[in-house]
Amino acid sequence: MSLDRAQVAKIALLARLSLSEQELDSATEQLGKIVGLFRQLEQVNTDGIEPLVHAIELHNVLAADQLAPSIERELALKNAPSADDECFRVNAVL
Amino acid sequence: MNAPEYTTIVGLEVHVQLKTASKLFCRCSTQFGAPPNTQVCPVCLGLPGSLPVLNAQAVQLAMRTGLALQCRIANFTKWDRKNYFYPDLPKGYQISQFDLPICAEGFLEIEIGSEATATRKKIRLVRAHLEEDAGKSLHDESATRDRKKSDTRIDLNRTGTPLLEIVSEPDIRSAEEAKSYLTELKLLLEYLDVSDCNMQEGSLRVDANVNVHIPNKDPNGKPIATPIVEVKNLNSFRAVERAIQYESARQYQLWQQNGLSIGQAPKQTRGWDDQDGITTLQREKEESADYRYFPDPDLVPVLIEESEIDHVLQSLCELPQTKRQRFVSEYQIKPYDAEVIVSQGLAIATYFESLIKLGSTPKRAAAWMQQDVLRTLRDQDIAIDQFAVTPCKLAGLLVAIESGKLDTTRGREVFNQLVQNPQIEVEAAIDSLGIVQVDNQAMEQLCAELLAANPDVVEKVKSGNAKAIGSLVGQAKKKNPNADPRVVQELCLTIINAS
Ligand SMILES: [Zn+2]
Repeated sequence: MSLDRAQVAKIALLARLSLSEQELDSATEQLGKIVGLFRQLEQVNTDGIEPLVHAIELHNVLAADQLAPSIERELALKNAPSADDECFRVNAVL
Repeated sequence: MNAPEYTTIVGLEVHVQLKTASKLFCRCSTQFGAPPNTQVCPVCLGLPGSLPVLNAQAVQLAMRTGLALQCRIANFTKWDRKNYFYPDLPKGYQISQFDLPICAEGFLEIEIGSEATATRKKIRLVRAHLEEDAGKSLHDESATRDRKKSDTRIDLNRTGTPLLEIVSEPDIRSAEEAKSYLTELKLLLEYLDVSDCNMQEGSLRVDANVNVHIPNKDPNGKPIATPIVEVKNLNSFRAVERAIQYESARQYQLWQQNGLSIGQAPKQTRGWDDQDGITTLQREKEESADYRYFPDPDLVPVLIEESEIDHVLQSLCELPQTKRQRFVSEYQIKPYDAEVIVSQGLAIATYFESLIKLGSTPKRAAAWMQQDVLRTLRDQDIAIDQFAVTPCKLAGLLVAIESGKLDTTRGREVFNQLVQNPQIEVEAAIDSLGIVQVDNQAMEQLCAELLAANPDVVEKVKSGNAKAIGSLVGQAKKKNPNADPRVVQELCLTIINAS
């Protein structure tokens, strides 16, 4: 089973990507290949093997609950497409 | 009694803001009320290249809460991304826990029914998991008129604040039970000191999953369940109660019209409108429920040793229900009194116990707590730690009453002095009111005089109406403010009976 165009269109919508008809075709083909690769991986017998939840063999990276300085508001708002002196501004959300 | 038309089925999701100084994955402050966007950094703004680092204290507080809720604490827990787009979520995903939450399968016991017939009921919990909060959308009224401006402003100070989401099984059967569950949960969280539980500031938020079960006409059939509705925007416990009442009635009515049961219509999200007292369908895009969870590659798993879980368990304070039971068994006070005192919070319960340790009898301490202390706190709108009368002073007063040095009425006068004048000591307050213990001889004389002056009262008592003595108590008090009403009544009756 490979991905069909409608599925890719839905994924694009979820990711807020606006794809042209042509892009949708090529994305369907490319994503299909990726899914195919996973199908191939599924063939491997993993009986008795612990699932891996993370690629790095590390755990418990924790920080003490101590404040560190935040950044200046001016800096925080600097690259926003729209902002006023205090806040980010976006189109009306209901 | 007729069988009910339907049974209300409720499961609650409670988001509790944990009391940490810094956020869940960065060290920005969680302080409420700061100017917009002054408590933000590359991590909580979701800027590329930043790396989240887990707050150790948030894990501790989650464990403490989980253990108090009788949950199993996971030895292995991990972080997942919940993907959705919303302007107050700068990364485009929320860091949460999907399949391996830190706490699983607990329960909270609540009291249901009224005082005399009250029973306890277990509300099972599915899980409690850690996640980060989103930011806040501020609606700009001025911009609405000016169409050139976009009119939603975003403050990201709250983004990344640690939340513990506590999810109950659908074990709740009424609006009252929901309120009882929330009240007990809030009390527990306050005893544990893990959250401020301030609904106005959003540190405790509730969503309710509601449907109704309708008895099947076929005696062998299962009850008919209506489609589940998630009710949001519940800003007070009262709102939760009202919304559940409204929503269950609405679903039953709708079912009578369209006959649709669970599975025949999709799950809905509805918002509670507190002003109109109704729920309304929230605009929802078809894809919004597709969160495409996957493990967050930026965060490594957390392993929790049994010894650490044990350590947290040992450090837990006495929980409200244990305290209620101990107050009843150790101090022999009524379950109702224990309930009132414990439910007022840990500081009140501790104040009460101090009174006993300082010599008051439990019964008298319980009565004064509920009447005088709590009433004064309410009148002055203050917390017990701002209360002028220390446990030491109040205990001193209660001991003086116990010993017969002064009666309860005069005791209240002393209490009022102590409330009004934080500097004054009990002895000085008693002296300042001219309170001296009246000796028996003087009292006997006073009573004899009163009876001589009120032959009608004597007649009434002789004809069997002992309560008539009550009218003499006021007169006795006028003649001598230190006269103990109980003593006046007893002496008068003795004199009449002997005559
Ligand atoms: Zn930050």
